[in-house]
Amino acid sequence: MDIPYTVKNRPDTGLYNGKLGVWLFLASEVMLFGGLFSAYIFLRTGVDSWPLGTEYLDVPLATLNTLFLITSSVTMVMSWASLKLNDFKKFKLYSGVTLFLALAFLVVKYFEYTHKFHVGYLPSTNNFLGIYFTMTGLHVLHIIGGMIVIFYYWMPGAKMWEVDPERFTNRIEIVGLYWHFVDLVWIFLFPVLYLL
Amino acid sequence: MSELTPEEVKHHIKTYVLVFVALAFLTVVTVGISYLDLGHVGGIVLALIVASIKGTLVACYFMHLLDEKVTIYWTLIATVVAFLILIFVPLGNMLAQAKI
Repeated sequence: MDIPYTVKNRPDTGLYNGKLGVWLFLASEVMLFGGLFSAYIFLRTGVDSWPLGTEYLDVPLATLNTLFLITSSVTMVMSWASLKLNDFKKFKLYSGVTLFLALAFLVVKYFEYTHKFHVGYLPSTNNFLGIYFTMTGLHVLHIIGGMIVIFYYWMPGAKMWEVDPERFTNRIEIVGLYWHFVDLVWIFLFPVLYLL
Repeated sequence: MSELTPEEVKHHIKTYVLVFVALAFLTVVTVGISYLDLGHVGGIVLALIVASIKGTLVACYFMHLLDEKVTIYWTLIATVVAFLILIFVPLGNMLAQAKI
């Protein structure tokens, strides 16, 4: 039996099921990260002094990472647009670049983390570093999760394009929604943790 | 976004490039703001305004929220209300402490 509404929109919601599912998932993700932003405000407003992010963190590296993620968001949406234009080769190219940029983000984060551990800045050092490692660590897990899914549709899952191109295009669209959300979270994490 | 013609997709691609340029520029602005002496509250407010503009650009254009169905809008309205409650719980606590 075929799963209904994977390509055509449901008459009641006006959306195919996968898209509504991903938006509901993203709503739960807003609450997950929202809880941590709430904890950050609670910790920060509960003390007389709070360190500047620049005292512990590397702003140029984080700026570079911001540019990596923003660019990966563009390449992600371009991979979907390429499928809409029936250009599978460009889809492969843009998805590959998205993966490369995500990997570059992780490499920079690896150097950031290892440097902090090396100089003795641990999550247990103080509340600032505790919330920094918690929020960025959760974000890194989301990056890794997104990379696994993008890689799947870049390599083995791409076979679906030959048998059901519309469904495949929809899948790339909702993977993109998730990826843009991960970018959006970083857009707020960057000033909150590194600059304020 | 499933019923787009190739011409419409090409138009979207031009928009994506413009949004990318705006996001890169606003990233530089965000970093620049942190070097200005705007006071504690001024710096926080301005940085969050710039971050909100960037977030809105990503949501409206990359996530296609401008062209979405009403079901998505209702889902997001409910999410924003719940998120604001989550954020204002600690802020309310802070204000209560300030009164004491």
